[in-house]
Amino acid sequence: MNIELLNHASAFICQEADMLDHGEYPEWLALWEEKGLYIVPINPDETDFANTLNYACDDAKMRSLRVARLGSGESISTSPAPRTIRSVSRFRILADDGKTVTVRCAQNLREFRKEIQKHYTANLTYTLVRDGDSFRIQQKVVRLLNASDALQCIGYIP
Amino acid sequence: MTSQTTSKGHTLADLVQHDRVHTSLYTDPAIFEDEMDKVFANTWVWVAHTSEIPEAGSYKTGYIGRQPVVTVRDRKQQVHVLLNRCRHRAATVCEGHKGKTNSFVCPYHGWSYSLDGALRGVPSPESYGDLLDKADYPLVKLRVEEYAGMIFATFKDDIEPLVDFLGPARKWMDLFMKQGGGFPIKVGGEHRFRFPGNWKIQLENTTDAYHFPLVHKSFLSSVDKQTEEMLDFVEGPGFVEDLGNGHSVMVMIPDLVDLEANLEAPIPERFAALAEELRADYPEDQVRRIVRAVGGSGFNLNIFPNIACSMAFFRVLRPVSVTETEIHHAVITMDGGPEAGNRARLRMHEHFQGPMGFGTPDDSEAWERVQKGSNAGTDQWILLNRGLAKEQETADGRRSDVSAETGMRAAYRQWKKLMTA
Ligand code: FES
Ligand SMILES: [Fe+2]
Repeated sequence: MNIELLNHASAFICQEADMLDHGEYPEWLALWEEKGLYIVPINPDETDFANTLNYACDDAKMRSLRVARLGSGESISTSPAPRTIRSVSRFRILADDGKTVTVRCAQNLREFRKEIQKHYTANLTYTLVRDGDSFRIQQKVVRLLNASDALQCIGYIP
Repeated sequence: MTSQTTSKGHTLADLVQHDRVHTSLYTDPAIFEDEMDKVFANTWVWVAHTSEIPEAGSYKTGYIGRQPVVTVRDRKQQVHVLLNRCRHRAATVCEGHKGKTNSFVCPYHGWSYSLDGALRGVPSPESYGDLLDKADYPLVKLRVEEYAGMIFATFKDDIEPLVDFLGPARKWMDLFMKQGGGFPIKVGGEHRFRFPGNWKIQLENTTDAYHFPLVHKSFLSSVDKQTEEMLDFVEGPGFVEDLGNGHSVMVMIPDLVDLEANLEAPIPERFAALAEELRADYPEDQVRRIVRAVGGSGFNLNIFPNIACSMAFFRVLRPVSVTETEIHHAVITMDGGPEAGNRARLRMHEHFQGPMGFGTPDDSEAWERVQKGSNAGTDQWILLNRGLAKEQETADGRRSDVSAETGMRAAYRQWKKLMTA
């Protein structure tokens, strides 16, 4: 097992999680490859995201629109903004071709907004491109444990 | 409710006036119980689009009111809507949302039913002697009829034919189905979510243009100028029309009522790239027809009590309890149509709809607040008199401006008719 790579990738993902929990969206947007995709599928087994309906399938433009909406104060479902705390763990390197690394981990996310705390658990799969001594995100897939159920609205970036 | 009088001394009939309804319609658990029988078990209720059960053995589970049902296509292509309840001791015979099967086998003691609901097999039948005639115990079957690919079922055997129930709504259904762009329409997945509020709050919303610029401000900020202008319809030339039997249509964008008209109009900016991509495979007239269809219809058709044909998707509502409702937003794609066109449809749907869309969560928040506010006051009313001043009789019913509450008044008139029958 390549512990150094595992540490390296998990440090990057922990940092991304911390940015999202603390609303550091410009920094979060800067982590991405221009052609990168942020995906939250409905069926956790789905692989053809482009040709199926997802909860989110954001290219660069949609990611920046999503971020703008969260901070705009124009949306009653995100103001007040939900608070989130997520922990990421159980990191595993699924593939490494020297250029890109595929990492899977578990995410436990608690959300609190207006008297209600909710809990979303997900498998995250990242495709990371090596970029100097760090990475850029080529793809992030958030497979919610209960994605195939009727959800409640999600006013943040899981 | 056993008696017709509520705790506030109103009769059920009093609770719905021509210009207002009583708040207890959102909050009274006894009224909700009553609705399950008098509305949902007493009229035509939408269960599926034909594309959701494409082949013999295809099924879709769901609910009519709170009763679990299975909609299934048999080997002769006939569609059945069956109560999802074993005739032995009540276990559901089918789980999962959609799928394909050869038969329904009860998991508890193994009674098996064919696709048309007939009881075929009972394990170890000797114990029954001659007490059990299988012909007496098929899955309970509802009356089923279909119009424009929309499958409806009813518990009420003597109800009017579906086409009569739909009445003038039919021509709007026909118009709506033109968004196949020349291909058959196919349900291409759905977003399902719940909100803590009464089902009628959502029913009202499908013909509520009034909220759009306010609640959907953040969505409007995320689209191009041309689209933003197109969606600026509250003071525009659109209208809402009561179509009878609780149905109504809200036309927001009159130019997009007929998707096969006006094909020579310039292609909107936001579809320029899609049109260019389609030109590789289709002649110009077909490109224009597909592109115009991809944008969706310029109206919402509300069919009482649980389905709407809304711009580019089907909106299905399911009452869960007096204060909880489940909504499905099913995306419509072109069956056999260009993948690029369907992808555009999917991305548009994701942009507005669903728990992570830029529109739905704000609707959901507004509805939640209606429910919360409804707990204030002891004898308060919900106002529904917007647009009443200018309402006119039409051949199909009555009509007023696009942000009139005419569609809501239509729905509550039907509600009252069913609840007080
Ligand atoms: S309950 Fe279905 S076989 Fe007994
Ligand atoms: Fe809305």
